[in-house]
Parts: sequence; structure tokens; C-alpha cells
Amino acid sequence: MTENILEIQSLRRQFGETTALDGVSLTVPKGGVFGLIGGNGAGKTTLIKHTLGLLKAQSGSVRVFGLDPVADPVGTLGRIGYLSENRELSDWMRIHQIISYTSAFYPNWDPVYAERLRSDFDLDPMANIHSLSRGQRARTGLLLALAHRPDFLILDEPSSGLDPVVRRDILGAIIRTIADEGRTVLFSSHLLDEVERVADHIAILHQGRIQLSSPMEKVLLDHKRVQYRLPAEVDRFPANGIWLLAEGFGRDWSVVTAASTEAIHEVTKAMGALIQSIEPLSLEDIFVARITAKSSAGETGS
Amino acid sequence: MHIHISTQDGIPLYQQIVRQFKNLIASGLLEPGGELPSIRILAEQLLVNPNTVARAYRELEAAGFVEKRRTAGTFVTDGPSPLARREKMRLLMDRIDALLAECHQMRIPIKDLEELVCQRAKTYPSKSTGEHGS
Repeated sequence: MTENILEIQSLRRQFGETTALDGVSLTVPKGGVFGLIGGNGAGKTTLIKHTLGLLKAQSGSVRVFGLDPVADPVGTLGRIGYLSENRELSDWMRIHQIISYTSAFYPNWDPVYAERLRSDFDLDPMANIHSLSRGQRARTGLLLALAHRPDFLILDEPSSGLDPVVRRDILGAIIRTIADEGRTVLFSSHLLDEVERVADHIAILHQGRIQLSSPMEKVLLDHKRVQYRLPAEVDRFPANGIWLLAEGFGRDWSVVTAASTEAIHEVTKAMGALIQSIEPLSLEDIFVARITAKSSAGETGS
Repeated sequence: MHIHISTQDGIPLYQQIVRQFKNLIASGLLEPGGELPSIRILAEQLLVNPNTVARAYRELEAAGFVEKRRTAGTFVTDGPSPLARREKMRLLMDRIDALLAECHQMRIPIKDLEELVCQRAKTYPSKSTGEHGS
């Protein structure tokens, strides 16, 4: 029996005319790292804000640890560590001040752990927040999110805007801390290399909808690129229900599918086509295929 | 010992780790009784989820390549296991399959490939322990 840390049911959110979340249902199981991927404006941050109780569901429901985060912020927020995309920190404080200030909000704050993280992250306690580099800011934010040993750690684009060196550094810090037993991490990113390294489970959010939610390994094993040679030239790859994306022209087509090998062979036989190769796809290719497939579904062109 | 991870080719990361350790063991670069890095250390070094490394180690253990010892370390299994030989053959088979596919693509007859393999083998020292160029 696995317990779910986060359960979202048919969540909708409008901002004026804009639909930010369009009936999102998502379950984050306990333990492990859940990667939420999507482009800019896909709705990732809006979804996270609902999880934190910063936004109230217009319709649908959000449950964190089985509780409504809007009705019961004490029962939920005290067990959540959160690093926001913009890493808002009080600019007028020094590092040691922001640490003691933040500690006051959390009964479970662990000062020894906080101090260890501070020295691991190489942060000067007397440094002014406003003078910190982006990387140091990110590390400070991560420290504040971790030092009360939250059951649920939420990281919104933890490494966006950081150079590759600092990104590795932050990723390393995340990897070190997710190993802690029983912790669940929800981690949003548009950097797919990073997500593939860190996440056990991923969900793709696009235009306010969940396109796919599955264990990472299954996502990688399910999706394939099939290179085809067709019996005759076509302008458009024949529709047969199993393709997500087809690119090519004439007789040579490259097709992305999540169908089983048997289903692929069956369809291929029916088309009288020849398979040149079947190759695995990187997460990035899968993401692009999923998103392109959805956004071009209503259009006439391919 | 160097393990390299790529997120470009769509192969699950734990499988990449398993394959590379198998190669290291099969080629003798990791000797029987040798210790593998701890899960935590390797996860940090590769920048991957520790669960991924743990999964790879479990797989290697199940296949008889490594064993856990009481000290909580993971070590290369002592002595040549029949599994290791089977695995070596499998590794070679994978490479051969890829080679055959390439031959097919380039429309080069298999016979020419056979000849080429024999030819190359002659330029190779007959006892090839440890000596190779990568």
C-alpha cells in the first residue's frame, strides 16, 4: 500500500481569459523524486502554488498529506520545504539573519543540519543577501528549504538561470539531500537532462494539461523512433492511431510512437511498409514529440 | 575507473551503469574482489539519483557480477563465474549485431566483413591481456 503525498483532481485555474490549468489530475507517490516538466508558461508554477496553498482551487481539489493546503496551512506547510523559481529572499538581511529568521517558522528546524549545509554550500554567514551571486542565492534558498527536514521538498526550476558549474553544484546538493529516507521531492524544470538524471517519475505539463505521467524508466522504454520505408511516396504519413509524431517525405519517414513492438509490427504489416530501424529516444526527443503531437492535433498541416 | 552517463541516447541510466560495470569487470579493469564505489559517492559523481545507482548495483548483484559484504560495501565477485563468460559473449554479440546492421546499411556483404575481422585480428597481439588502446 503506497501512500500519496500529493493528490490533485481535475484542477482548473483561470487568470482572466487565460486558462492556466485545464483539468489537471496528478498523483505524487511517497518517496523518490518526481519531475514535473513543461516549457515556459506550461502551468508548472501555478500548479506548485496550489500545492502550497498560495492559490485556491477554482474547481477540482488539491490534497497534500491528505489535507487541503488552503484550509490547513499549518498541517501542510510545516512539512514542506520550498525553493521558488525567483528565490525571493529578504535582501536587507545577512545570511545568518535569514537563517535564524526562517528557523522561527519551523518547529522542526534543525540548527545543526542548517549549519552543516551552510558550510557545505560554502556560504559566509556575514554576507549580505543582496550581494550574493545567483549560485549563492540558490544555495541559500536550498538551505532554507531543507533545514527543517521537510517530508516533501518542492523545487521550482531550481537551476534556471544558473551557469553550468553552479547548476552541477545545485544538482549535487539536491542529490545529496534526496537520499534522506522517506523524503519526497517534486522538482519542476525545463532542463530535461537534469530531470532524467534526478527523477524517478515524470509528468509532462503542456498548455495546462498533463500529457503524460509515468515512471522515468517506463517513459524511456515505451517511446521509440521507427525509421520507415513505405511502398509508395506519400505527402503525409498514414494515420493509424499509434503515432505521436511523423517526420519525413516521399517513402522515408521517421515516426515516434509509444506503442508496443507487436503493435508496431502489426501496423507495419498492414501498411506493407519496411522498418529500417527502431531506436530508443532521449527524454528530450520524447518531450518534443509529445508536445508537438498535442499542439498540432487541431491543425491541418503536419 | 570511469563511468560515463549520457542522457542523449534514450537508454535508462541504470542500464548504462550496469553495462559499463559489466564491461569493466569483463575486461578485467575491475578485478575480482575489487570494491565498487558506494552508492552515494557514485550518485554524486555522476549527478544521478542514488536510487538509480542502487538499482544498477542490485541488477549486477542478481547477475552474479558483484556481491554485497557485511561491511556494506559492494565487491566484484571472486573467481570466474560462468555468468561472466556468458555476459562477455552477450556483450560481443551486441557489438556484432550493431556491426552487421551497419554493414547492411552500407550494403557491404557479410563475407567482406568476415574477411576484415580476420585481417584485423592478425594485426592484434595474440595474448591480449590488459594491452589495448582506449
